This record gives sequence, C-alpha cells and structure tokens, in this order.
Amino acid sequence: MTEASAQPHKPEPVAEPDGAVADLFSKFDPLMKQRRELLDTGVTDPFSLVMERVLSPVTAVCNGRETILLGTYNYMGMTFDPDVIEAGKTALDDFGSGTTGSRVLNGTYSGHRECEDALREFYAMDHAMVFSTGYQANLGIISTIAGKGDYIVLDIDSHASIWDGCAMGQAEVVPFKHNDIDAMEKRLKRIPEGAGKLVILEGVYSMLGDVAPLQEMVAVAKKHGAMVLVDEAHSMGFIGPNGRGVAEAAGVMDDVDFIIGTFSKSVGTVGGFCVSNHPKFEIMRLVCRPYVFTASLPPSVVATATTSIRKLMHAGEKREHLWTNSRRLHLGLQELGFTLGTDAPQSAIIAVIMPDLEQGAAMWEALLREGLYVNLARPPATPANMTLLRCSLCAEHSEEQVGQILAMFEAAGKAVGII
Amino acid sequence: MDREDTKARIDTLIEPFNKKNVEITESTSFANDLEWDSLTVMDFVAAVEDEFDIIISMNQQAEIENYGQLVDAVAKLREG
Repeated sequence: MTEASAQPHKPEPVAEPDGAVADLFSKFDPLMKQRRELLDTGVTDPFSLVMERVLSPVTAVCNGRETILLGTYNYMGMTFDPDVIEAGKTALDDFGSGTTGSRVLNGTYSGHRECEDALREFYAMDHAMVFSTGYQANLGIISTIAGKGDYIVLDIDSHASIWDGCAMGQAEVVPFKHNDIDAMEKRLKRIPEGAGKLVILEGVYSMLGDVAPLQEMVAVAKKHGAMVLVDEAHSMGFIGPNGRGVAEAAGVMDDVDFIIGTFSKSVGTVGGFCVSNHPKFEIMRLVCRPYVFTASLPPSVVATATTSIRKLMHAGEKREHLWTNSRRLHLGLQELGFTLGTDAPQSAIIAVIMPDLEQGAAMWEALLREGLYVNLARPPATPANMTLLRCSLCAEHSEEQVGQILAMFEAAGKAVGII
Repeated sequence: MDREDTKARIDTLIEPFNKKNVEITESTSFANDLEWDSLTVMDFVAAVEDEFDIIISMNQQAEIENYGQLVDAVAKLREG
C-alpha cells in the first residue's frame, strides 16, 4: 500500500499464553490472517506488483504485458519530459549522485536553492523549504509549529503524514467530520482563549478524489484566529489557473499560512516542500527535526524537480486535457453502472467503490489481465472502511486510451459480476 | 453539574449507538463490549462534545476506554 490517509493503524495487542515470551509481532497476526485468507482465494497479491519496464508516464510492462497505468500520481506526465530528464543527467554529471548530508550542513547545493526559488515563483510566496519527502514536510512542519498546549483542528480523513505530524508534536488534536464546515467551526469555538490554533486541510482528499470547500473553511478558520495549513499534494500543477491548487481555485491563497506539497505527484520525482509568507518562516530550517536530521535530496532530483516546476507554470493546455480526461472517465464509468466516490469529477482521481475487499481484489486482477493498472485501496487507508479501485488520470493519457480504459472496465466489471 | 446529570445525558446519547442493546455499566468498554469502530467513536464523541459544549481531544480520548472513564472525563471538562 502506498499510503494511508486515515488514522494510524493501531493493532490490538494479542495476549500471550502464560509463561510464553511475548513476540512483538503478535500484534500483526490479525492482519496477516486477513492477508492469507485473501491470497488463499487464488487472487494475485495486489500489493506486490512489479513494473518490469516503464515505457512512458502512462504505460509499463507488468507480468510481461504492456499495461496502461491508471494508478500513478503522475498527473501531469512529467517523468519522461525530455527537458526534465536532461536536467537530471546534467546535475548527475556535474554534482554527483548524492549530497551525503543534511540541508543545514553540507547538503545544500546550488540546485536546492534553485529549486526553492522555483517554488517561490510557482506559488508567488516569500519562503520555500524543500524536504526529502512529502511525508517529512508534513511531519516536520506540523510537529514543529504545533506543540504541547497548542490545538490542531483537522479533517478526520487527513493523510497519515498529517496524523503522524500531529502525534509527534504533542499538540491537542481535535478532528472533525470530513469536509463539515459547521463541525469544524464548533470545535474552533470551544478552544480555550489564548491557545495557539492550527487548522489542517487538504485541497484534494486522495482516497475519494473529492475537494475541500476551502473558501468557506479558510474564512471560518481565520474568523477564529487560527493559522491554516493546506496540503495540496494532489492538486499541484493541475487545479487552479496557475496550478497552485484548490486554494488558488477557491481564491484564498492570501489567507493560507502554509502550503505543503510534494514532488512525487505532478512534479514527477520525489521530495516535499512547504511554502509560506510568514515573516519568521526561515527559522524553521534550524528547528524542524525532519528537515535537519536527514540527508538532503540528490542533486539530480532537485534539478529534475526545478525544471518540472518551471514547466508546470505554463502547462495550461495540459491542465485542460487532464480535465477532459477526468470528465470523460467519470461520466463513462457512471454510465457503465459503477458506483463512484464523487457525484461529479472534482480532481484527477476517480474512486470506484467496490462491494468488499474480495470483489475489489478480483476486479483489480481482472483489470490487470485486461492490461490496466489501478490502485486497490482498502482500510485503514480508506474512509468508512471502503474498498476502492482508485483511478488517477494523467495529462498524457490520450483520448484513445481513455476509451480503452472504459472498455476494460466494462469487460472486467462484467466478468467479476460487479456491473 | 453533578455526575448523575452528566451520566443521564450521556446515557441518552449512547442509546442510538448501542445497536446491540448491550447493558451499560461503569466498566463497559467502547471498543470491546460495544464493538464500536473508529468511525462510530468519532460520531459519538462529536455528539458528546456538542451536548456539553466541550472538546474531548484525541489525546484525551486515548485515556478513555470505558463508560465510567467517559463520565468522569466529561464531568471534569464541564467544571472547566
């Protein structure tokens, strides 16, 4: 599983018989049992697929067969962009394979600065800080700014990296029902006077592909004196006139204090970042442990990221094509009779709701046989214990491929008996 | 604001969530006896918070495993 959006998985401890030495792994027995039962049905393990060759942002060879990729986060198809590849090769030649050091010691090369410059320009914000992964960006920023005695008010469907950042910082954590503006406001109202408040929201929630009502939520947060952090991992490059995300589309960029993002989705490599206009933001470089106590990104990675970010500033046509793809797939799947996570397409993610894990795994396998890869997502990563087939579209999917994808869904859905 | 008043109001709130009509005592566990999953817990906690106009943070929830502990925690939060 690539990620978990819901609350951290808390295995129930299993009691050992008297006198036995406790095996620390006993707590995973229920999960191992569930996994064994699933694999015993004869289904291919959905969580150990190997891509033998990657042919393009949208095609790879899996099990010796050319497969259309509909389960990557390569929304803007930048991974094989010739300029991006060239920048990476040049950096590899000029700066070597890695920095072997922390950003605050020997790990800041000119490429890291150039990458932060590109982010500042992309978002039109004063400060940018690059982390080694998106997970670390959330972990670091949240745990560092919201500490003991502060309050974090967050959506219950927040990504695992957000929950882990909350836990690490030891702030009081107050979740509210997904996308429920009133529930959020009620909780903000009850926070003791004088306490520090941080509201954490996501632009696009990656499991169902739905968007947060940021215009209303950010206004409510500001009314109650809270700082606002928005994770735009799944919207960068695609949503908003300049691809800055849902906050831009909602017209609330000026009221968002921190935007967290990643290079591992639209940007097409790996890494994470935070951008902000807070006048004291630069102090974070010295106090944020997940930034300080880890090696910085390799020079080739920041070079590919910089080139990709700069190209995404002018990717209006690609954004338009991606919206066309998303609308067509959503409508097509609806017409075929599948149950989808949203009534209308809200992002590049379209979640197809499966009746249960067994049928979901069977459908996943049938699609793979047809030559289509999608993400199988199951609890605890999913909200409401749902099993989902998550389709994420790419700006490089052709019109013809979207047609093929729909035909494959129809064939597999009928074979498995879901439609 | 005595414990009995808190208890009575919590009892009313629990009813719709107690689908199996489990008999509630001070030591009734939410996870084991009532078999609530994390989503049910969230909805129930939200109902309690709204009823008493309080915040029960996740940090505090981690310390509350049974009915008696919940009543105590809410009574304490109401004293503010």
